[in-house]
This record gives sequence, C-alpha cells and structure tokens, in this order.
Amino acid sequence: MSEQTIDLKKRRFLTRATSVVGAVGMGFVAWPFISTWKPSARAKAAGAPVDVDISKLEAGQLIRVLWHKKPVWIFRRSDEANAALNSDELKGLLADPDSSGNSKSQQPSYAQNTYRTIADKKNVAVIVGICTHLGCSPTYRPEPGAADLGGVSWKGGFYCPCHGSKFDLAGRVYTGVPAPTNLVIPPYHFVSDTLIRIGVDPVEHEEKS
Amino acid sequence: MNNKQSWIDQRFPLTKVWNEHLAEYYTPRNFNFWYFFGSLAILVLVIQLITGIFLTMHFKPDSTQAFASVEYIMRDVEWGWLMRYLHSTGSSAFFVVIYLHMYRGLLYGSYKAPRELIWILGMVLYIVLMAEAFMGYVLPWGQMSFWGAQVIISLFGSVPVIGPDLLVWILGDYAVGDPVLTRFFSLHVVALPLILVVLVFLHLVALHAVGSNNPDGIEIKNNKDKDGIPKDGIPFHPYYSVKDIMGVVAFLMIFCAVVFFAPAMNGYFLENANFIEANPLKTPDHIAPLWYLTPFYSVLRAIPPMFGSQFPGVVGMGAALVILVALPWLDRSPVKSIRYRSPPFKWALGIFVISFIMLGWLGMQPVTPVNAFLARVFTVLYFAFFVLMPWYTSIGKTKKVPERTTE
Repeated sequence: MSEQTIDLKKRRFLTRATSVVGAVGMGFVAWPFISTWKPSARAKAAGAPVDVDISKLEAGQLIRVLWHKKPVWIFRRSDEANAALNSDELKGLLADPDSSGNSKSQQPSYAQNTYRTIADKKNVAVIVGICTHLGCSPTYRPEPGAADLGGVSWKGGFYCPCHGSKFDLAGRVYTGVPAPTNLVIPPYHFVSDTLIRIGVDPVEHEEKS
Repeated sequence: MNNKQSWIDQRFPLTKVWNEHLAEYYTPRNFNFWYFFGSLAILVLVIQLITGIFLTMHFKPDSTQAFASVEYIMRDVEWGWLMRYLHSTGSSAFFVVIYLHMYRGLLYGSYKAPRELIWILGMVLYIVLMAEAFMGYVLPWGQMSFWGAQVIISLFGSVPVIGPDLLVWILGDYAVGDPVLTRFFSLHVVALPLILVVLVFLHLVALHAVGSNNPDGIEIKNNKDKDGIPKDGIPFHPYYSVKDIMGVVAFLMIFCAVVFFAPAMNGYFLENANFIEANPLKTPDHIAPLWYLTPFYSVLRAIPPMFGSQFPGVVGMGAALVILVALPWLDRSPVKSIRYRSPPFKWALGIFVISFIMLGWLGMQPVTPVNAFLARVFTVLYFAFFVLMPWYTSIGKTKKVPERTTE
C-alpha cells in the first residue's frame, strides 16, 4: 500500500467519468419535473369543437365564442364591405393581402383567399380573436374612416389596444404595425346554412388537413 | 450571562458573527441619504414575506375562485384589507427603494472593482424580483392580471424554432388559464421568495467581504490606524443601525400614508382594469404593466417586428436588462464617485435617467405615432449610455480624489 503512488491521471479520469454519469442522472431526474408543466390529459381533452347558431346574425354584427379557450369572432360582412376587401387601395395598405407570404400557415387551405372564408360563404367570417403580436384580443372597429385610427386610411377592421396593430375585416394585418402576420382562421365548416361548427374542417377537406 | 454566551460560542459562532458583521464591521463614516435604501429593501422584503404568508391563508389559487377570494380577503377577512394593501403597496415600494438603491450605485460607482460581484448579484436579484412581482400581479385574476400574463407569456412564443412548444409548456394548456395561475402561485409563494432570500444573503456576504463604497468612492481599508481599524470607518452597530432605524421611521410614515389613503395610487399601484374579473373574450381598452416594468415594456414596443417575427423586440427588452450586468467592465473611469467624475459622465448619467423615466412614462401611454417615435429615441439613448460608456468615461478631466473622506 505504502509503495503505491497515487495515479493522478486515473483519479482525474474517475472524477470526470463520475461527474458525467451524475449529470446524465440529473437530466433523467429533471425530466419528470419539467414534464409536469406540459398540458395535462385533462387540458388536452378540453379542445372539443364548438357549434354556433348564426341565424340571428345581422350584417355588421359580431359574436364572440370560446374555442380552445381562445376567443373566436363570427361576424357577417355586408356586400359592400366584402367588395372593399378586394380593392387595390386596401391591398396596398396590407402586409400580406393574399395570405401567401408570412401568413401562409395562418389559415386552412380552403380559407386562403381574399375574404379568408370558405369560398361559397364569403359573407360570414370566422377568425381567432388573438393578435398575432402578443396575444391581446383586438377591438372590433368596423366603421371606415374612424378619426382615431388614421381617418381615410382606415377601411374598417380590428384594432389591437395593446400595441396598436391593425387588421382589416378579413383579419389581414396592415403594414408598419407590430403584428407580423394575419390573424388565425380556425378550421370550421357549415353544418347547415345557420349553424357553424368551429374546430372541424369541411368534409371535402378532411383528408388534406 | 457570560457563561451562557460562552456556552453558545463554543457551539455556534454567535459573538464572532455579531462582531464581524455589526459591532466591529467598519463602515465609511460619510454615508448620506442615498445609503438608506439597502436596509429599506430588506425591510420591504420582510413586509412582503409576512403579509404574503397571511394572504396565502385566505387566497384560492383557482381560476374560478381567485378573484372572489381576493374580494373575500378585502371584505370578509378581519383586517384582510390591510394585509392586501400592505402587500400591494409593498410591491411598488420595493421597486421605489430598489431603483433608488441602484441609482446610488450609479452615482458613486459602487459597481466598480472590487464590487463587481455585489453588482451582479444585485442585478440577478432585480430580475428575480421583477418575475416575482409579475407573477404576484397575475394571482388576483383580474382583467389586467389575465391580459398581462397573456402578453408576457406570448413573448416566449416568439423565440425562433422552439417558441410555440415553449409557449404551450409554460401555459400547461393552449391558452392562459388555470394551469398558469396555479404554477405562478407556486413560484410566487415558494420558489422565488426562497431564491430572493438566498440571493440577498449572498449579496450581503459579498458586501461584507469587500466593505461598503461611499460617496467619495474611497477605499477606507487603504488607510488604517495602528490597530488595523480604518481611520474613516465607524462600527456599523450602533452608528448605522441607529441611522437606518431613522430611515425606517421616515419610510414607514410615507408607506403607511399610501396604504391608508391611496392604496391604488390612482391606478399606478393597482390598475383600474384589475377590479374587473378576467374575461378571455375581451382585452381592456388600454393595457400596460405596472409602472416598475414599463421602461422595459417600452423598449419591447419600440422595436418593430423584423423578418415577420416579434423576436427582435423581445431580444431588445432582454438586452436592456442584461446589459446592466456588464456595467463594471464598460466603465473605464479611474474614479468611482460622481463628485470626481469628468463632465461627459455626468451628462451621460443625466440623459440616461431622463431616458429611463421617459421610457417608463411612455410604457403607460397608448401607442400613437408620436409616442412610438419617442420610445425609439429614448431606447437608443438608453442603450447609448452603456455602449458608449467605454468612450465617454475615458475622456474629459476627472477631479483629484482625496486621501480621506470629506465629510
């Protein structure tokens, strides 16, 4: 024993090996703790579709429902408002009027059009009312030319009170505002002419999405 | 008495600790008004811990009951209103005291060598304190709690690549709801207070290792008498313990006046919208964080989205905080105290203070083109204070620092 010298190299190797194994062990121990923060089974199960009756929805009216704990707006646009969505003047003010750039993944493929609705129901808009900037719920400001929102350059739409982002009546974002993309369109379809189901794609699109 | 003392001393270093940190801890004799705020910060921490313990006994961390349980504390629990107003006023008072404490550090160069670690520990404390305050504000589950949480948590969603998953992990759900409330409750009541107390302890250990700076920025340890006692030092106890008690009395007079006569401080300490229960369908017309977070919120709003992402603004806000840590290494001046600094530093500090206050004010205002422009100007000035510091602290003529303290 006394003749044996201390092998520092071996000792260093053992120290390092023990530390590495210990660190890996710590990682495994940390995982259950970190995982407790993930959505629980109950939270995951709560995302059921929501049915909305729109038989009493007049042009210009907007109703709000909760879907996936998020506000969803359902509102009816007049024919004039719909025509205005297609005007070049408005499109010039928007960051991504066709939803083909940064906003490509903000809607199901069947709503990737000027009106951001199902093609044959372009008067009824269904939009997740959460600003793509930092998650506030924008205010419904349908009146064109509102003085506090820029007068003639305001074509009606949604204004986020938190950070000043502006969206048109199809939820398309204006240029020069903090929000980077258009508002999200949820999957939805018409069960009948007056009943919308939010959270489920139309039958003809089910396989694609 | 002596027997008892020696019995303890053989088993626990009571007398040794008492002497090293109080009775024979030598402190510069020239402390002024600005040196009240360290001890006051400890006082407010104790107020928050004690009132917090009693509030926890009546509060319900549940998104369906939280708001009502706060109203229950206010109306039905005996003296509950006092516990809550002490706690809510205490949070704002904490930041008043901490901001003055930090400003003292800037005035007298207290962050410079050999006190860099005191400064860094203090900055970590500051950041943890902001997290603690933010999470506490979410608990009453009012409109401002809910939408404030929504905005701040959304910041994490803007991180490239991992953002969306990170967001869901923090939320424990797909939107702000009960899981956020319960985990913030746990962090606010258990985890962060523990971390705060440990950091305060480390902050003080580091302080007592090197000793306090002073308004002249002189190292009193460089000038000792034959017994090894600094000539410009006086024992902390009784001299500064008594002085600090006077500060405590003055502070409590103002503090109690706010608690009893203006606990909401006209919407600055308790925001009006938070007297309405959280409604996930409607954002209040005007939302702003509490006043002590608004300078950084302004920086966030001032930086426009780039490459279709909000992330640059988040990075800017984080950088505005983290850059404070680098202060000891950005300052190249040979002197510590403002009394002997060169004119360029005095100008820079003045502009910095104005920028910080203006950013704070702008953060409470609605976004208009003028406000957005101003926020950008002051954000640039805020960062310029740090980025240009190596340059402006090395030019200009500093005054000669005396050998001994001047008061």
